[in-house]
Amino acid sequence: MPSVDVPLLEMKGITKSFPGVRALQDVSLEVRAGEVHALVGENGAGKSTLIRILGGIYPRDAGQILLRGLPVEVASPTHARQLGISIIHQELNQVPALSVAENIFLGREPRRVGGLVDWDEMYARAGRLLADLGVSIDPRRRLGTLTVAEQQLVEIAKALSADAAIVVMDEPTAPLTVEETERLFGFIHDLRARDVGIIYITHRLEEVFKIADRVTVLRDGLHVGTYAIAGLTMDELISLMVGRRLTEKFPKEDVPLGPPVLDVRGLTVQGFFRDVSFILRHGEILGIAGLIGSGKAEVAHAIFGATSLDAGEILLDGRPVSIRSPADAIALGIGLVTEDRKRLGLVLSMSVRANITLPIVRRVAVALFIRRLEETALITQAIRDLDMAVTSPEQIVRNLSGGTQQKVVVAKWLQTRARVLLMVEPTRGIDVGAKVEIYHLMVALARRGVGIVMVSSEMEEILGMSDRILVMHEGVITAEFPRAQATQEGIMASAAGRVHSAV
Amino acid sequence: MQFSRLYGLATLRGLPLTRLRNVLRRFGIAIAFALLLVILSVLSGSFLTISNLLNIARQVSINAVIAAGMTFVILTGGIDLSVGSVLALSGAVIAGLLAAGRPVLVGIGGGLAVGALLGLVNGLVITRGRVQPFIATLGMLTIGRGLTLVYTDGRPITGLPDPFVWLGAGEVFRIPVPVLIMMLVFLASSVILTQTVVGRYVYAIGGNEEAARLSGVNVAAYKTLVYVVSGVVSAASAVILTGRLNSAQPTAGVGFELDAIAAVVLGGTTLAGGEGSISGTILGAFIIGVINNGLNLLNVNPFYQQVVKGAVILLAVLLDRRLR
Repeated sequence: MPSVDVPLLEMKGITKSFPGVRALQDVSLEVRAGEVHALVGENGAGKSTLIRILGGIYPRDAGQILLRGLPVEVASPTHARQLGISIIHQELNQVPALSVAENIFLGREPRRVGGLVDWDEMYARAGRLLADLGVSIDPRRRLGTLTVAEQQLVEIAKALSADAAIVVMDEPTAPLTVEETERLFGFIHDLRARDVGIIYITHRLEEVFKIADRVTVLRDGLHVGTYAIAGLTMDELISLMVGRRLTEKFPKEDVPLGPPVLDVRGLTVQGFFRDVSFILRHGEILGIAGLIGSGKAEVAHAIFGATSLDAGEILLDGRPVSIRSPADAIALGIGLVTEDRKRLGLVLSMSVRANITLPIVRRVAVALFIRRLEETALITQAIRDLDMAVTSPEQIVRNLSGGTQQKVVVAKWLQTRARVLLMVEPTRGIDVGAKVEIYHLMVALARRGVGIVMVSSEMEEILGMSDRILVMHEGVITAEFPRAQATQEGIMASAAGRVHSAV
Repeated sequence: MQFSRLYGLATLRGLPLTRLRNVLRRFGIAIAFALLLVILSVLSGSFLTISNLLNIARQVSINAVIAAGMTFVILTGGIDLSVGSVLALSGAVIAGLLAAGRPVLVGIGGGLAVGALLGLVNGLVITRGRVQPFIATLGMLTIGRGLTLVYTDGRPITGLPDPFVWLGAGEVFRIPVPVLIMMLVFLASSVILTQTVVGRYVYAIGGNEEAARLSGVNVAAYKTLVYVVSGVVSAASAVILTGRLNSAQPTAGVGFELDAIAAVVLGGTTLAGGEGSISGTILGAFIIGVINNGLNLLNVNPFYQQVVKGAVILLAVLLDRRLR
C-alpha cells in the first residue's frame, strides 16, 4: 500500500473560460490511490470541462495538475494515456467493425519485427485482461456484436491495459441494466483494491452513496466542496448541488388556463418510455424534468410523429388524432423546437428566410411558386418580433450566433400558428440574455393560448417557467408538482428515481 | 504544392486580399472560364468565331441537359450513375417507335416515359429500399444497358423521319435546335430551383435531411422526384443524340455520367448536397466543352486530351476548395 500522504492526483485552482462563458473558476480535485471519488453537479456545472482538462483535450487557463506530487502538463489525450490517465467517455469511442482485442489495443498494437501486427500476442493479452476482470468475452468477437454493457467492460479492460493509475468514468451506468450496474460496481471494487484512483461522474445520486468514498460538488463552474460520503445524507448532497435560488430572470406570468388542448394517454415507445399520460391546457406551460436517458425528449418527438408510438392515444382539443409524421403534426398545429438545433432544427447551409418558412412555404406559394413579397413580409415581421441579430433575410444561418440561431428555430414554429408547442431544451447553449428573450416569448405565446410543453434538463428553467412540472425517471412519470409546491430537492429526488411522497 | 504556396501567399498578405478572395470565391469558376476563353482565342485564330462557338454549344448541349438533372440529384446529396444507360434505352425506344411508323410525338413521349420510369425505380429503391444512391443507380446503369442491348438486339436502329432528325441536327436562325432545348431545360431547372417550393425542399433535404423531415417535408417523395427529373432529362438528351446521329446506338451514352458529374462539381455544387446552383452547372458544362474544343483546334493528340481534361477539372476543383 502506497502512503496516503501524497495524493495520487491533485488538480489545484483550475480555471477555464470559453468565449463569453467562465466554465471553471478555481476548482480543485484531489484523488487518492484506491479511492472512488464521485464528481457531481447539475448540467453545465463544469464536470465535463474539468475532465477534459485532465484528459488533455482542453488546455487550462490557470491552475496546476500534480501526479503523485509532481506537476505535469497533459498535452494531449495520447499523453494523458502515457501518464496513466484513462477516461471512459459517456459516448464510447469504439470501432464496432473491429474485434474486441483490436479495440483494446487500437493505436498501440503489439508488433512483430518488421512492423506487422502480432495477432497471437494481441489476442493472448486481450484474453488475459478480460479474464482478470472475470469477463468471458472472446477477444476475437466483433465489438459491434456485444451488448452495450459488454462494450463498457471492454472499455474498462482497455483502460486497465494502459496500466492506468487513474480511471475516469463519465456516467458509466447510463446504458446499463440493474444487474449490469451491479457487475460494474464489482469491477470498481476490484480496481480500488489494485490502488487505482477512480473519478466517478454520475447524475444518479444513489450510486454515489453506494460506491464512492468522497464526493466533490461543482456548481456553475465553482468548487462547492469535497465531502466524505460517510458524513453526508442524500438531501444534504442535493442542496449542495442546487445551491441558491434564482427566479428574477424568469418573466413567468400567470395566464388564465383554458380548456385542455393536448391530452395524451398511455404513450409508449419500447425501450424509451411507457404509459406516459398528461393533459396540457391552453395557455399552460408544462415542464418535463428528468435526467439524460429518462425518455423525456423522446416523449416530445413521439407526440410530434418523429418516432412512432407503440401504444397510446393523442387528443387535440378533445378530438382523437392520428399523427404518423411530422407533416401530420404540423398540419394539426403542433410544433417541435428540437434539443439540437444544428443537427435537427436548422438547415445551416440555407438562409434565414428559407429556414423560417420551411414548414409553411406551401402557404406562401401559388401553384408551387413562392410569392416572394409575401414571404419577405413574414420574415421581416419575424425578425422584428424576435429582435433577431441578422443583417438580412438572406444571411446564411450557419454564420449566426447560437442565440440568434435558436430564435430562427422558434420563429419557424411561430409561423405555423401552432396551438401546441413542444420545446425540448429551449435554451441550451445560448447566453443568459437570449435565454430571457426566449422566456418572454414563451410567456407571450401562452398568453395567446398556446399550450407549451417544455422539456428541460435545466432545473432553474423548469422551476422558473412551468405552471406544472412532471418528472420522469427511466421512462415513466414518477412525480407531478404544481408550481407552488415544486422544489429543486423534490424534483431532483424524483428524477433520481426516489418515489416522492410530499404531494 | 504550388497551390498551397499560392494560397499561402494570399493569406500571408492578409486583409487587402480578403475582398479579392471573396470575389474569387463567388465568381472563381466564371473567371476561370473567361481566362480559358481568352487563352484559346489567342492560341487559335479559329476559336473565337461564331460558327465555332455555336459548334461548342451544340456539342455541350447533351452533357449540359443531363447535368441539369444531375444537379437536382446532387443537391439532395445523392448521385445518379445511370444517366448514360437511361439515355441509351430511351433513345432505343424512341427510335423503335418511330421506325415502326408511330408519330414523332408518340415516340418522344414514349422515350420520356421510359426515362421517368427508370428514374422512379431509382428513387423508390433509394427511398423505400434504403439503398445508397451510388449502389442503386450503379445497378440501374447495368440493367439499363442490358435492356437496351436486349431491345436493339445489339444493332443500331435507323430509318427515322426528318422532323425528328431536325431536333438533333436542325437549326433555327443559325442556332442549333439542341442548343434551344438546352436553354429550355436550364431555364426550367433554374426557375424550379430558385422560385418554387420544390427547389426549397431540394436544398433543405441536401442541407439537413433530418431537419427537413422535422419541418414536415416529405423527404422520400422529393428525393424520389429528383431521380425522376434526372431520368426525364436523360431521355430528353436521348432525343437530341438520336436525332443528331439519325439512329439509336446500343452503346450510346457510355460514360456520360462522369462528364455530367464533372460539370456539376466544376459548377461549385458540393457532392454532400445542399449547396450549389444550376448556373454553376451551365458554366461547368461549358468549361468541359471548351476544353475539348480547344484541344481539338490546337491539334493535341487525343490521348493527351483526356489527361489534360482530367487535370483541368481536378485543378479547378482544388482551387475552388482552397478558396472556400
